[in-house]
Amino acid sequence: MQESSGRDLAVGGFVLLGLLAIAYLSLQIGGLSVGREGGLMLVARFDDIGGLTARSPVRVAGVKVGRVERIDLDEDLRARVILDVDPGLGLSIDTAAAIRTAGLLGDQYIALEPGAEDAYLESGEEFMFTESAWNVDALVGALVHGDATGEDD
Amino acid sequence: MAGAAGQSDHVVFNQVGLAFGHRPVFRDLNLTFPRQKISVVMGESGSGKSTLLRMIGGLQRPDSGEVAVAGESLAGLDEMGLGQVRRRLGMLFQNGALLDSMTVFENIALPLREHTDKSEAEIRQVVHERLGDVGLRDVDDLLPGELSGGMLRRAAFARSIVMAPEILLCDEPFSGLDPPNVSRIEALIVQLNQRLGLTVIVSSHHMASSLRMADQLCLMRQGAAISGTPEGLASSHDSTIADFIGEDGISHLARLQERPPQGGAS
Amino acid sequence: MKAVVQILGRRVIEWIASLGQMTVFAGRIVRALMAPPTRGPLIRSALFDSGVLSLALICASGLTVGFVLGLQLYNTLSRFGAEESLGTAVGLSLIRELGPVLTGLLVAGRAGSATTAEIGSMKATEQLDGLRMMAIDPIHFVVMPRAVALTLVMPLLSTVFVLCGIAGAYLIGVELLGLDSGSYLASLENSIRFQEDVLQSLVKSLVFGLLLAWIATWRGFSCAPHAAGVSRATTSTVVTASVCILLADYVLTALWAV
Repeated sequence: MQESSGRDLAVGGFVLLGLLAIAYLSLQIGGLSVGREGGLMLVARFDDIGGLTARSPVRVAGVKVGRVERIDLDEDLRARVILDVDPGLGLSIDTAAAIRTAGLLGDQYIALEPGAEDAYLESGEEFMFTESAWNVDALVGALVHGDATGEDD
Repeated sequence: MAGAAGQSDHVVFNQVGLAFGHRPVFRDLNLTFPRQKISVVMGESGSGKSTLLRMIGGLQRPDSGEVAVAGESLAGLDEMGLGQVRRRLGMLFQNGALLDSMTVFENIALPLREHTDKSEAEIRQVVHERLGDVGLRDVDDLLPGELSGGMLRRAAFARSIVMAPEILLCDEPFSGLDPPNVSRIEALIVQLNQRLGLTVIVSSHHMASSLRMADQLCLMRQGAAISGTPEGLASSHDSTIADFIGEDGISHLARLQERPPQGGAS
Repeated sequence: MKAVVQILGRRVIEWIASLGQMTVFAGRIVRALMAPPTRGPLIRSALFDSGVLSLALICASGLTVGFVLGLQLYNTLSRFGAEESLGTAVGLSLIRELGPVLTGLLVAGRAGSATTAEIGSMKATEQLDGLRMMAIDPIHFVVMPRAVALTLVMPLLSTVFVLCGIAGAYLIGVELLGLDSGSYLASLENSIRFQEDVLQSLVKSLVFGLLLAWIATWRGFSCAPHAAGVSRATTSTVVTASVCILLADYVLTALWAV
């Protein structure tokens, strides 16, 4: 029977290793969040979301703080993007949401730029300022006419 | 002896027919095996001796007719119902059929663990008693593959009787064994029959042992069986029987008849 | 001509009949799964045979595949100046396709064939009949534990394979070719999503495990009870399971895209 206890140990170790591998793949690489009581759900409306998709990252100063939960159209046929953001950040109500591209041709993400107000955004509230995705036509137009279309830069 | 008063026939074949593909094995076979007797089924290889035993265990179903064990027909039983019948049977397979991934001890303990709620100590005791019966010691932790042919057969024998069956089926128990092991197994069979009143059904083509221990002899030929006592068959004038038993068998019988039937254990 | 059609007809009928038998067999395994006792020690022992003993093969293969992917994709990507996306390319191909499929094929060759051979030789040496004569259901005692083990082992081994592959590509891309380690890991983590990629990988490998468990145990259980029958069944397990895994991979990929 001493032989079978060594075998049980090996099997236990094997199953543990496999489960850890699955956990690592899901949580670290796959970005699955477990046990987080649904983060702060915020709404942002854009004229053009470009290549943004559900699960695109949301960043503040380049640091990932959440992701795009859902994208749909509102009644005015503008894109309504629901963001799932870490609730502990304390984003002021005048925070701006902009769609940016990582690198020249990389994936698109939403960059949040915190404002100066003392009040914080609550779940379900909407961003006051948004900046749509740049598309190549707009870029070319901006270059030719020498001015940018965005509110700020 | 439980139920001995009921019928004297423990296993009954009634009009059994079976074919493998186009090759008929049994044609309307009628055969009975008396309670508490040793019956030996003999026949050339391919005559269906092993198949006969497998049918008693419900491992092979007949195409027609029925097999009844202790008055219960196997025909309508599913695997579950067959399980109930099989608990009254012990079967010694030709190659032992011990599970080769388990030690000898675990193999023999297996039916006890599965079907009884005996404690570990009780199991240990029963297994060692059965191993003692077959004359094996210090084999508990060996795997079946580490035993010699004779020891393997005896270990399998111990497993087949560990649940104290009413009927013991032995498929070619002597094949491939040296003479000492043959007489050992033969003595075991006779002893079990006499001591515990087991019904024993043996398939064999080992002439000497068969004639020595058989109360009933069944000769399988072309899908049918001729049965009777060894003496009765030998004195009949049917040429096929004489052909089968041959001069060897007749001289064996002659020698047997000179002395009275074996009394106690060897 | 008529004879050819006849043979074809007989083959088709035989094939359909065997599918029916396989379905009944699967039903018996499922029923055995529910029936007491749970066969814990036997399942553990089968997990050892098909899991622990496959681990070295899976790790070595995963690492090697990672090396190759690292080299090939780095060379291709660097033509577009997109070496930074090595993590994405390696991660996606390993997690979605190569991990589950290659693990499925490797496990079919190693543990699947061993399972068939073991059950088949138990049949050939009357061990299964021996169990039945002891009123022990061989499906419950022999087949079910091995089927459970083969099924469970697949997602575990597949994930280990994926991680070994990612590590292998890291060694080549970062350590050998000088890619920045941060950008490799970042492009990996940013492009892999749980629901589309990781879940797909796990579902695929679980389905492959089920298929392999079903085929391997059935081939063993139904083989002709002699040495030649066992060897034929073993070969057939590897061939059938491999083809089924590749077909199922296509079907699952297509379904996932819908």
